[in-house]
Order: sequence, then C-alpha cells, then structure tokens
Amino acid sequence: MKIFRVLLLVAAVVALTAVPAAVQDTVGADAVADSLAPSTPVIPVNIENLSVRDNPNDEGGAVIVSWDVSEGEYAGGVITYMVLRADSRDGEFVEIGDVPFGHASYNLRDNNTDDGVEYFYKVAAVSVDLANSDGGWLIGSESDVFGPVKSSAQWFNMSRLNIFVGIIILCGAIIYYITAAKGGKEFYIRKIAGIVEVENAVGRSTEMGRAIYYVPGIHDMDDVQTLASMTILGKVAEIAAQNDTRIDVPVARSMVMVTAKEIVKESYSRAGRPDAYQDDQVRYLTDDQFGYAAAIDGLFVREKPATVFLMGAFFAESLIMAETGNSIGAIQIAGTAQPAQLPFFVAACDYTLIGEEMFAASAYLSREPKLLGSLKGQDLGKAVFLVAIVVGIILESFGVPVSNLFKLN
Amino acid sequence: MKREIPLAITFIVGTIFAVAYFIPHYPFNQFENWFNDWFAIVAAFAIWLGALNLIRISAMKIFRKKVDILHSSLIILSFLIMVFFGFYDGFSGLIADPPFSYRDAGTGFDWLYEYVYSSLSATMFALLAFFVASASYRAFRARNFEATLLLLAGFLVMLGRVPVGDLLTQWLPRDYQLSQWANWIMNVPNIAGQRAIMIGIALGLVSTSLRIILGLERAYLGGD
Repeated sequence: MKIFRVLLLVAAVVALTAVPAAVQDTVGADAVADSLAPSTPVIPVNIENLSVRDNPNDEGGAVIVSWDVSEGEYAGGVITYMVLRADSRDGEFVEIGDVPFGHASYNLRDNNTDDGVEYFYKVAAVSVDLANSDGGWLIGSESDVFGPVKSSAQWFNMSRLNIFVGIIILCGAIIYYITAAKGGKEFYIRKIAGIVEVENAVGRSTEMGRAIYYVPGIHDMDDVQTLASMTILGKVAEIAAQNDTRIDVPVARSMVMVTAKEIVKESYSRAGRPDAYQDDQVRYLTDDQFGYAAAIDGLFVREKPATVFLMGAFFAESLIMAETGNSIGAIQIAGTAQPAQLPFFVAACDYTLIGEEMFAASAYLSREPKLLGSLKGQDLGKAVFLVAIVVGIILESFGVPVSNLFKLN
Repeated sequence: MKREIPLAITFIVGTIFAVAYFIPHYPFNQFENWFNDWFAIVAAFAIWLGALNLIRISAMKIFRKKVDILHSSLIILSFLIMVFFGFYDGFSGLIADPPFSYRDAGTGFDWLYEYVYSSLSATMFALLAFFVASASYRAFRARNFEATLLLLAGFLVMLGRVPVGDLLTQWLPRDYQLSQWANWIMNVPNIAGQRAIMIGIALGLVSTSLRIILGLERAYLGGD
C-alpha cells in the first residue's frame, strides 16, 4: 500500500502542477483512515449515485460498492477514491480499499463483511497535498453515507442458469434414450475407425507373438479421461486374454495401478483365463511426467510391443511416447480429450479417438443397449448445440445480442 | 455389497458435486475443498503402494527372472539414494540450529534434485523438439488434398511467426503480410476447429459422467 501511495504521489506531482497549494487543507496519510478532516480542493468532485449491494451469486461475505463522479476529477486533482465503512451511520468510518482515478464509473468489492450485519459506506475523493513537502493526503469531497446494507449467501448461482438449462436438456435426452434402449429400441451408431480397429490391433499382437502396451495417461482416478480409459482397458484386456496375448499396463499413479489391476484381473476371469493373469502386468513406474515418458520409451524400445494403446490424459509427453511407438513399428491407437495433444497423436498414431470418441468407446465396445442409448442422447445434445450456434450466428448478424446468454460471470 | 457400496458412494458424491456447481451457499461451496483434501490423503497413502510395487517388480526381475538386471538395479539404487538423503537431511534439519528443510539449498537431497533429477527431466523435454520435427515431416507430406492443405497452413504459420516472414512480404500492405496470415489461420480456422472438438468433449464428459453416476458404466470397478 505504501509503495502504491508513493507512486500515486509521483503521478500527482505531474498532474497537479496547476493546483494552488495554499488553499488546500491537509491531513497526514496515515491519519486519513481514522478521521476525515474537512478540506477544500480547487474543484470539488461530486461523488454521485453511490450504491452498495450484496455481491450476487456468491457464498456471502461480500458487497459491491459502486459510484459515479462528475466531470472534473482531473481538474479537482483527484488521484484516488477511498471507500470507507462504519457499523453505524454516525460511527467511525474506516478505509477498506481504494480505487485509482480515471474512470467514468467505479466499483469496489468489499470481501470482508459478515453476513447479516448492517454496514454503512461512504466514498471520499482524495488528492495529494503539494504544500506538504513530506507528502500527505488531502480529502477533496465526500459522498453521502449509504446504508444500511447486508451481505448474504445465495442458494442458486443465477449466472450459471444457462449451463443448468443446457445440462437438464442434455441429461433429459440421454435418460430418454437410455429408457428407450431398455424398452428394446435399437439405435444406429456410426462406425468409429479407431474403436473398430481395437480387435485387429490385438490380433496383430497375437500373430506377432508380442505384448500389447496400454498406457492410461498421467492423470489420477479423479479425471474422467482416466475413468474412460479404465473402461476401455477392461475391453482390451478381455480381448487380449481371449487371444492369449500378454497386455502390459505401466501406470503413473498408484490409485490407477490399483484400479487397473482389478480391471485386468476381472477381464481375464471373464475371458475364462484367470490363471493367465500375472500380477506384474500392471505396474507402477513413477508420478513424474518425464520420468514416466522416459520409462515408457525404454520399455517400448527394449520390448518392442506390436500394439500400443495411448488412452487418457496426456500432455507434453504425448509425442515423446507416440513417436517412440511409431519408430518401433507398433500399431498405435490413441485417444485423449486434451485438444492440444490431438494433432501429435494424429501425426504419430495409426488411429486417434478424438475427444468425445474416447468417451464413446466403452459404450461402443460393449454394444450394451443402455450405453448405446446414452450415445444417442449425446448426439441429440450435439444437434441442439448445432442449431443454437446457427440461430446465434443469424441473430448476432442482425444485431440481436444473444451471445450474452452464454457468458459466465 | 462389493458392488453396491461403491456404486452408492459414486451416485451420492457425483450428485453432490453436480448440484454444488450451482449452489454457492455453505456447505455446498466447501464440498470441492473437502473432497480434494480427502483425495489427497488417500493418494498420499496410495503412493506407498506404487513405490512398493516398483521395488517388488524390479527386485523380482533381478533375482527371479534375471532380466533387465541393469535397469532394475538402477531403479532400486536411485530410489534408495533419494529416500536416504530425504530422511538424512530431514532429520539433520530438525536437530540443527537454526533448523532447515531437506529441500533447502545445500542439502544432499537438493543437490540430487537440482543436478540429477532436473537435468534428466530437461533432457527428456528437450527430446520433444526432435520428435516434433520427425512427426511434422510425416504429417506434412502432401499425399492428398487435406495433407496439402495442412502443409500449406503449417508453412504459412511457421513463416508468419518469425521476423523473416514479414521481411519477405514487407512490400505488401501491413494487413496482408505473412504474420497477419498466420494470425488469421490461428484465430479463425484453428479456433473454429478447436471449439468444435471442445463442444464434443464437453458433451462426452457430461454423458460419461451421467453413465457413471447412474451406475450404467461400472467397468472401472472391475466388472461389466
């Protein structure tokens, strides 16, 4: 705060060379917060439309103070506006923050209120005292006192109403199609090359007598991408077990290791080969991003797997792994919801599941009607978005500001 | 019960999280912090499972399978050295006056971190440049119309991002110089494509989350 005030002092020296110092009443910088001595700036700045309201859509504990000023703050020598707060109209006002000059209207959020307690606010326009060689503040003019005002917490964030409506429509569509699927209705789901090729890729490993490597990304089980990856792992491990082909799952997180072990073991049991499962098929390497990439690269180069699956959350290590897999001639199927990594996978892998395709993979592989129904609902949601985008473009082109509906506060 | 309890927990926690996104009031505004704390605690305990698994498999390779002996020995040795210096510096720092942390500059642990671990990480990251070059070489081959379009866009963006691009086209009006072309490609077609992918991902996320919350998707529990 001190540094800020010194900077303001320097700025004010430049801005206020025309202000006659003799007519100004001064107070010390530290004393301002405690008492506001009456003063007479050259041109008093009128602080108008002071209002204080509860900060909307929050967890409480905050109010927003806003005000306008008359033209003339430059001539009046205002360099900052101090916001002051008291517990009663006649109580002691204490500074709670300040806003530098230079705007048509101002606002400041007081994040330090107790919900349900009444507060009173006023705003003071402050100049610098040029007559005082040691520096000091000069209170120009003050607003009327505004209050009482209370802060409170809200039970619904209205700024997210648009998302709420979108989610309800999407979830409604998904649940409708799941229910329809349960009732025996069949749906057409378009072919996704990367998923269709899963069986062929596993078959290639079987023919070549080499292992399959399944890399589930570097995020933990709290990421939906890792969850989706685990679901796909179950299907891939089952096909591998049926073909009597070893599948290795090197992981970067301990909790992913525990989950993957359970999934692979279960898949081997489902395939009727529980005895073929070995405990070291799923192994932990390291939590470190590049340590993990180095270990995976080393395994690829030494063991030369015929098939590599890269499914989950990947970052800068994506291309390091995918290019190494490419260099050893492995067939590679990748999938991620990280848009920045998709071009790398497309360039280095044979098949890439782009974003939503990875989330659809488990439903697609299982062919379970209920899961396929959810894909259909997702497609309906996409159609709704498409229509909304086209309508939005048309309305915006004709000057109807609909884009505000989709802005988050 | 092995299935029902995890499914019930998933349903309750998933629903609470979904609802809490729209409710800023206490206690809903605190759920994310609480669950993140719990997750961090569980993950902190689980790290030992991972470390022990790593040591066990490496030891098994050395003593039973007799494969990858050099690599496995290095893993165990590196692990033990870091653990030794972590504990040694940690305890030394506790009894020293003034006390210090094992991560402070000058400790053995810090030396290993700074001059071994950081260098190795930087080396791996630096390899990315070469992998980008080899991947670009393959991706930019003009095999068909789409690949040719990609090659052309990549060429314009790369040239537009360096000063020589504008130098080559300085005879053109400012708005038609190469850097402006590059900006247009990045801000219009590129952003449009990225947004389309992002919308698809968002819908996929909602759909997958709903399947998991409703218990339709339960393969992550180790079953169908």
